[in-house]
Amino acid sequence: MSNTTTMKSAAPKNSISRKSGLISATNSILSSIVCIIIGLLVGFIILVCINAEHAGEGFMTILIGGFNNINAHARNISKEIAEAAPLIMTGLSVAFAYKTGLFNIGAAGQYSVGALGALYFALVLHMPWYICILAAMLCGAVWGAIPGLLKAFFNVNEVITSIMFNWIALYGVNELLKNNVLGKMYESTKNKTYVVRTTSAGSAIPNMGLDNIFSKSTTIAIFIAIIVAIIMYIIINKTTFGYELKACGHNKDAAKYAGINEKRSIILSMVIAGALAGLGAALFYLSGVGEWNPNDSTACPAIGFNGISVALLAVCNPIGCVFSALLISHITVGGSCLATAYYQPEIADIIIGVIIYLCAFAMLFKMLIGKVVKVKSTSDANADPQIELHEPDSDKEAEKEDEE
Amino acid sequence: MLLLIKYTLLYGIVLMLVALGGMFSERSGVINLALEGIMSVGALAGVLTLCILPQGMAPGLVVLISIVVSAVAGLVYSLLLGFSAITLKADQTIGGTALNMMATALAVVIVKVFNGSASAKLNYSNNAFLIDIPVGDDKLTINVFLFIGLIILLLAFLFLYKTKWGLRLRSCGEHPQAADSVGINVYRWRYIGVMFSGLLGGIGGFAYVIPSVSTWNFEVGVTGFGFLALAVMIFGQWKPINIFGAAMFFAVFKSLANIADSTFLAGLGLSKNVYDMMPFIASMIILVLFSKNSRAPKAEGIPYDKGKR
Repeated sequence: MSNTTTMKSAAPKNSISRKSGLISATNSILSSIVCIIIGLLVGFIILVCINAEHAGEGFMTILIGGFNNINAHARNISKEIAEAAPLIMTGLSVAFAYKTGLFNIGAAGQYSVGALGALYFALVLHMPWYICILAAMLCGAVWGAIPGLLKAFFNVNEVITSIMFNWIALYGVNELLKNNVLGKMYESTKNKTYVVRTTSAGSAIPNMGLDNIFSKSTTIAIFIAIIVAIIMYIIINKTTFGYELKACGHNKDAAKYAGINEKRSIILSMVIAGALAGLGAALFYLSGVGEWNPNDSTACPAIGFNGISVALLAVCNPIGCVFSALLISHITVGGSCLATAYYQPEIADIIIGVIIYLCAFAMLFKMLIGKVVKVKSTSDANADPQIELHEPDSDKEAEKEDEE
Repeated sequence: MLLLIKYTLLYGIVLMLVALGGMFSERSGVINLALEGIMSVGALAGVLTLCILPQGMAPGLVVLISIVVSAVAGLVYSLLLGFSAITLKADQTIGGTALNMMATALAVVIVKVFNGSASAKLNYSNNAFLIDIPVGDDKLTINVFLFIGLIILLLAFLFLYKTKWGLRLRSCGEHPQAADSVGINVYRWRYIGVMFSGLLGGIGGFAYVIPSVSTWNFEVGVTGFGFLALAVMIFGQWKPINIFGAAMFFAVFKSLANIADSTFLAGLGLSKNVYDMMPFIASMIILVLFSKNSRAPKAEGIPYDKGKR
């Protein structure tokens, strides 16, 4: 008897909590969409300010993104897909660390070191592509581990550390590549590293026939990225390990009190985040989307920093990262398609910046949207406390009704 | 040696100005990660002013106007951080990062529109800012920001420790609830802290770009100087005089890259990349040594909510 009552009261509660979870997920998506729309509007205003005559046309170019000139050649859409894959990875890197309460602004540095690992195994050792990918992940993981260790044992703010390590990585990788310290990787006539596909064909990520539809740089990288995103989703949401990481993120002291080794969690989280960023670099350079230019020593790789945008726009949901990476890649490619006579491709970066700035207070949008949605689902919201206040008599009555 | 002193003073003053800005913001309770972006915006505004002002203008006036414009631009940009971090109680780290990303893109677009071409470089004349002091046969070139910086350092110290306003500002960063309970408007003081940081960050960005070169490519922002300033601030333990010392210490490392080719260091055969790495490695070591017993303002990074007691 008592068993059935608990089960009965548990059943509707569960469904409601799932429902409210669904509502909050919808709210997150809605608030992200609001951020995107406002960001695009700001972009439009900037376009009008710069050149009002062509603003509409320019705005459409950004909106269409990779689908510009799709009939003539598939170059833009190929670029969009090929650049989305590494973006998904750096986005996952930031999102994963954020679940443990760490802001991994160092994805750019981990990405640089990962690139070094991938290029070394590909151009010097001529290893098959999956070994190169593993090497890149290992390099990224080591670079991510250092800020994690410093945070765990010396209480150094991981934001500052990883920024410092971004620059150290950039200068270090440039130095090693340019002077061919580790082996012949730098082609001085082109000011870039050697092309992976021509130097060591086995090290390039296979196309599996995608190059018939798109360009050569469109490989199975995008599928690898999506699979990793799903794995990350499962780790964060369905495993004890993921639960421990999240517990550390919510309250470090409470997690410690509950018997979770918080130092281990912080370090492991940064190791995995670093490995993800390193994998992103492997997907970029082993697909041949571009080559590393060691003379560019003034800015860390943009894909690393845009990972932050991807993660924040996705509210740190791994599956959401796939979509937000595609969107950001879309806008960036759209920006590069703008007619340079009237506009600057960096307008796309401003739009992304505005979107992230808005994401910082997405909670506010979430609350506003929540209020609107609440009006619709007032009955559900009220149902929750009522179940707990159920008196035994009414429960029995309900049972009787059920039996009938 | 004179070259080393020149660059150390140049970079040291920049780091000190920006770190003092960060100090005001953090002492009031707001982590200002947007310093890098604020510096870019300040530099952009100052340099653009230099380019727009007519040629024949008195040098003193040119210097004054461009510095004021850069400070105001930094202040206005920092209000964006204040709005999200104080009024909307958003995550301060994310807001700051977004502002950094936006600043570089904004600067590039504005410069390109100004140039009317695809180049993000601006040329300017910096003679009005430089002062030569003869030392023996040689001369030591210093710039006006050295004096401005020292005056600001003195004012910052007096403001923070010798006035009631300084006490109010600090109390908002340590225990905003207690401050509020004695009638201090926490929101207002946090805005003031952030605005100070914008002001100093703007001047700092301008001071970084102007004296050393006469062309600046805005695609590179300010090459991580805002973040170095944050490390300086932590090393300086959020205190003006300590920040001055820390800034000079870092500046020596930063200068090594500039003087490597022309001095005894060339004999070591190290490349520019190695010297470029040095200030960052030095700051890493310093942070490891000093973060354990850090005296950071207790309430920094936590948005103040009146309803939460």
